[in-house]
Amino acid sequence: MDDIAILGVGMHPWGKWGRNFVEYGEKAARDALADAEVGWDEIQFVSGANSVRCGYPGYVSASTFANALGFTGCQLASSYAACASGATALSIARAQILSGVCDVALVVGAESTPKGFFAPNAGERHEDPDWLRFHLVGATNPTYFALYARRRMALFGDTSEDFAAVKVKNSRHGVFNPNARYTKEYDVDDIANSPMVADPLRLLEICATSDGGAALVVSSLEWAASRGVDNPVRVSGISTVSPTYPNSVIELPYLASDSWAAAGDETMTFKDNIAARAYEEASVSPEDLDFAEVYDLSSAYELDWYEHIGLCERGEAAKLLRAGDTALGGRIPVNPSGGLGAFGEAVPAQAIAQICEMVWQLRGEAGHRQVEGAKVGLSINHGMFGHGSSVICTR
Amino acid sequence: MAAVEGLFTLDSDEPWLIGGRARSRGSYFFPKSLAGSDPACLGDEIEEVLLSRTGELWSYTTGEYAPPAPYVIPGDEFEPYVVAAVRLAEENLVVLGQVVEGVSVEDLSVGMEMELVIDVLYSDEEHDYLVWKWAPVGTSENGEQ
Repeated sequence: MDDIAILGVGMHPWGKWGRNFVEYGEKAARDALADAEVGWDEIQFVSGANSVRCGYPGYVSASTFANALGFTGCQLASSYAACASGATALSIARAQILSGVCDVALVVGAESTPKGFFAPNAGERHEDPDWLRFHLVGATNPTYFALYARRRMALFGDTSEDFAAVKVKNSRHGVFNPNARYTKEYDVDDIANSPMVADPLRLLEICATSDGGAALVVSSLEWAASRGVDNPVRVSGISTVSPTYPNSVIELPYLASDSWAAAGDETMTFKDNIAARAYEEASVSPEDLDFAEVYDLSSAYELDWYEHIGLCERGEAAKLLRAGDTALGGRIPVNPSGGLGAFGEAVPAQAIAQICEMVWQLRGEAGHRQVEGAKVGLSINHGMFGHGSSVICTR
Repeated sequence: MAAVEGLFTLDSDEPWLIGGRARSRGSYFFPKSLAGSDPACLGDEIEEVLLSRTGELWSYTTGEYAPPAPYVIPGDEFEPYVVAAVRLAEENLVVLGQVVEGVSVEDLSVGMEMELVIDVLYSDEEHDYLVWKWAPVGTSENGEQ
């Protein structure tokens, strides 16, 4: 697969601003255009990552953001893929560029979120797993995060202190990120004193819902070179694979896992598959990574990712953490941006925000968060209904 | 009455979850309506089957804060509850459910044997709305040994 160039990135800071999501997307887009030194009138294609929490304008995000910037007659596509929406929007832009349909594109995602637990759509929908899990079990998103966390404790001997240490690490990284929502450095006691939400996870260990927006300007390598950009950050691999049946882990929002009575390898799960495809496309292996941005929907969830992206064997993640390997300055820093622990989640913008961080890292522009000499980064996330994504950037 | 029809039997002594089974492939599904996820089942007949009533505790947690609708808070005030994920013995299928009242996380450990019971999810003036729940084997009213 050929690479494409990332010419510019932009973000609206994460927070609970309570404003129209279009403002966040527009701000991020204008910053990305300025960063790329590309005019809005030069953009040939807008790929929008949709929001399902902002009404109809959220379902037609590419048009919404293009309208906010001024309609120029460029081509549009709007897509939704839960947490993977941003990477999916990027994958569509890449396909347009590599097929020659366009040379330069804008990718945008933004969301304004309500307070509290994410809830399913209204109505009595007995066929919808998302409705059933709330109605019959009271299973919120943190319910699933906590089930995974408890399973780690039982199988691998991870402790609540390990989980808290993930949050402490990410909060230290987030202090240096002007776009993060939470920039306070927490210690283990702060976390232990926060209320229990879903045993063993406490409030400070569970990703909040946030407002935010993020955008990328991407182009073919030839178009980048024509603008004098000879060494851009490159998108070298994008994975948006579905799970492979049977997946032995019970995934959001289902009431049951797949059955592996008939066939299947219990040890190869959806999250392993997401990373494997990105590595394959980019011809990169885990040893090549200089850092990773992973979806820490909970503190414990970050540890799962160390194993799924191949930083260590299954069950060994807490050892990496305890050794300081995944902190800034360590062997393979994870979530130098501060991760979701410092951001909260603005669903359609989050995968794009992960890519923004990769670009700053690979350009050497990440300030106090900089991973020295970073050449290869991986971002990964995982959402509802079998959507997940991973992006590998290189320079 | 069942809070949602067609997912479980209402036999109070020996309740069962109602799942699907691909007749020639042999894979199981819960609920039956999600039977499409095994690509090898394409064109296979999905028969309705009763799933194992017992299994091994895969993991567990609590709900300490009231979930949003369509969860219905039973009674006047929200009470925290325990949720279990149980791996059914024969089907190798992990199924969620609340744990019966009176069992706390301190009483649970991964790997212990759990069984299915029928319990009240919530009530209104006309009906009790029933759902399946999990109980450690030997502790439930229904499964008393």
